[in-house]
Amino acid sequence: MKKVAMTGNVAVANAMRQINPDVCAAYPITPSTEIMQQFSTFVANGQVDTELVTVESEHSAMSACIGAAAAGGRVMNATSANGLALMWEMLYIAAGNRLPIVLSCVNRALSAPINIHCDHSDSMGARDSGWVQIYAENAQEAYDNTIQAVRIGEHPDIHLPVMSCMDGFIISHSIENLDLLDDQQVRDFVGPYNGTAYPLLDVANPVTYGALHLQDYYIESRRQLHEAHKRAKNVVIEVGREYGKLSGRSYGLFETYKMDDAEIGLIALNSAAGTAKVVVDEFRAKGIKAGLLKPRLFRPFPYLEIADALKGLKALCVLDRADSFGAAGGPLFIEVRSALYDLQKRPVTINKIFGLGGRDLGLDDLRKVFEELTTIVDKGPKSLYEYITVRE
Amino acid sequence: MAGILEVRWHGRGGQGTVTAAKVLAEAVMAEGKNVQAFPEYGPERMGAPLRAYNRVSDSPMTIHCQVTNPAVVAVVDSTLIETVDVTEGATDDAVFVINSPKEPDELRKKMKLKSSQKVFCVDANAISLETIGRVMPNTPMLGAVVKATGVIKLDTLLADIRASFGKKFAEKIIQSNLDAASRAYEEVKS
Repeated sequence: MKKVAMTGNVAVANAMRQINPDVCAAYPITPSTEIMQQFSTFVANGQVDTELVTVESEHSAMSACIGAAAAGGRVMNATSANGLALMWEMLYIAAGNRLPIVLSCVNRALSAPINIHCDHSDSMGARDSGWVQIYAENAQEAYDNTIQAVRIGEHPDIHLPVMSCMDGFIISHSIENLDLLDDQQVRDFVGPYNGTAYPLLDVANPVTYGALHLQDYYIESRRQLHEAHKRAKNVVIEVGREYGKLSGRSYGLFETYKMDDAEIGLIALNSAAGTAKVVVDEFRAKGIKAGLLKPRLFRPFPYLEIADALKGLKALCVLDRADSFGAAGGPLFIEVRSALYDLQKRPVTINKIFGLGGRDLGLDDLRKVFEELTTIVDKGPKSLYEYITVRE
Repeated sequence: MAGILEVRWHGRGGQGTVTAAKVLAEAVMAEGKNVQAFPEYGPERMGAPLRAYNRVSDSPMTIHCQVTNPAVVAVVDSTLIETVDVTEGATDDAVFVINSPKEPDELRKKMKLKSSQKVFCVDANAISLETIGRVMPNTPMLGAVVKATGVIKLDTLLADIRASFGKKFAEKIIQSNLDAASRAYEEVKS
C-alpha cells in the first residue's frame, strides 16, 4: 500500500500499469487523454508488456480492442464524450460478441455546443449497449473500480465489457490523496487471463466472430446477453467483497450514507454524491433525518436492492447529470422511479437535472433540494422534474 | 467549510500557478493531511488569467464543488488586482498573499480589504529573478504561502519541491527553486 496524491486520470493509468493488459488502443480526447498519455510512458519505459495501438479514431480504437479481445487478449481503453459517441457502433459489437474489454469513460458533455466539462450524457447514452457500467465518486474509487472491472468483465459467468466511469475534470484532473495497492497485489488479484473460451487465433478450433444471425438466431443471442446481465450483479458483489479483503475498501452495488433512519433522501452518481454527503451532515446536525444513496452499478441496474434501500423514505430527489430529452426526467430518475413502482408505500419522488457541461453543483444548490424535500411530503411536489443550477 | 482550509490561487498562464497548487498538495499530503488541488480549466493560454484551488483537511474530504469562500487567496501576479476581483467570496478572516514589492497597507487600501482580513506581500518576481535567473514566481509564492498560513512546515515544502522538480530539472535549477522558496519564506511581510 502506498499513499499518493495524484489526479483521477493518473490513478487510473497506474491501475492499468499494475494490471498490465495485453493490448490497449489509444486515440486522445479531453478529459481522458491523460490516461493513455501516462500509460504510453509506462509502455515506453518497459514497465508493462502492453501492445499499444495508436489508431486514427475512436471507432478504430474500439475496433482494435474488439479484434484483440476476440483473439484472446486482456484489453483496455479510455475515452470521453464525442469519442465514446464515435465508438457507438462498436460498443454494441463488443457486447454482442461478449468481449470483456475494460473502457475508462471520463464523463464529459456531448456536443453541441462544444463543451469539454463534465456531465453524464456520454455514458448514459451508452446505457443500452450491453456494457456493464460502474461509476466512481473520486480518484480512489476510479482506481479501485478499474482493477475490479477486469475481474468483473472476465468472470466466466458473464463475459461482458465493462465501462468504468468517473467525472471529467472534477475527478480526472483534480489531485487527491489516495492509496495504491502494491503492483504484485493487483497482479495477483486480476490473475492471469486465459482468454475467451473461443479465441479467434486458435487455428485448431476455428470460430467465427460477428456472424450473421437473422430471424433464426439473433434473438437467442440477445437473450444470452440479457441473461448475462442478470448474473452480473452477483459477480460485482463477489468481486467487490474480495477486493475489500485485499484493500480494506469493500464495494457493493451502491453506497448508502446515513440512510438507515432517513426520511428524506438524495440519489446522485459520482462526485456530486460526495458533495451531497457534506449537506446530509449539515441537515443531520439540524436534527433532520437526511440520507444519500450513491449508485455504483448502473448497468445492470439493481432495482430490487435500490427499492429496498429507499423504502423507508418519505421524500426522495434523484439528481441527474444528464437529460433524456423528451422523457419524463433524466436517465437515473427513470430507473429509480420504475424501481419504486412495486413498493407498497413509495416516497414522493422528484428529479433535478443539474450540472450539464460542468456547471458547478454547490452546497447551496443541494441545501435548496433538501429544503424542498422537507416540504413536498405534505404539499406535494411543484414539478416532477426540472433543471437546477441553470439561469432562469 | 468547517475543518477544511480552502485556498484560491490567481495567476496568469505560464507563471507556474497550477504547478504551485500541485506542489502544495503533495507537500500537504507528505504531512499526512488530506488534500485536493484543481485548476479551473478554460481556454488556457500564456498570460491569460487563471485560478487554481487547494483544499486541506485533517479528515477525509468528500466535497467536490468549486471553492467559493477561500480563507487563503494567493495572487501570483499583482496586475490581476486591476482586472479580476481577487477578493470575491473571501472569508472575513481571509489571508491574502500577494506577489508585490509594495507595502501590505498600500495593497490593503487598494483592495478595500476588511480590517479582519490579513495581507502578506512578497516580491516573488525579484526573488525568482535573483535566484532562478528569470521571473518564475511560483516557488517563492509557495514559500510565502507556507509562512503566512503555517499550513505545513517549510522543510516539508522544500522536500517536495526537490521531489517534484527532481524528475524534470537539473540540480542547479532545483537548488535555485529551493533558495527562492526559502528566501520568500523569510522575506514575506505583513
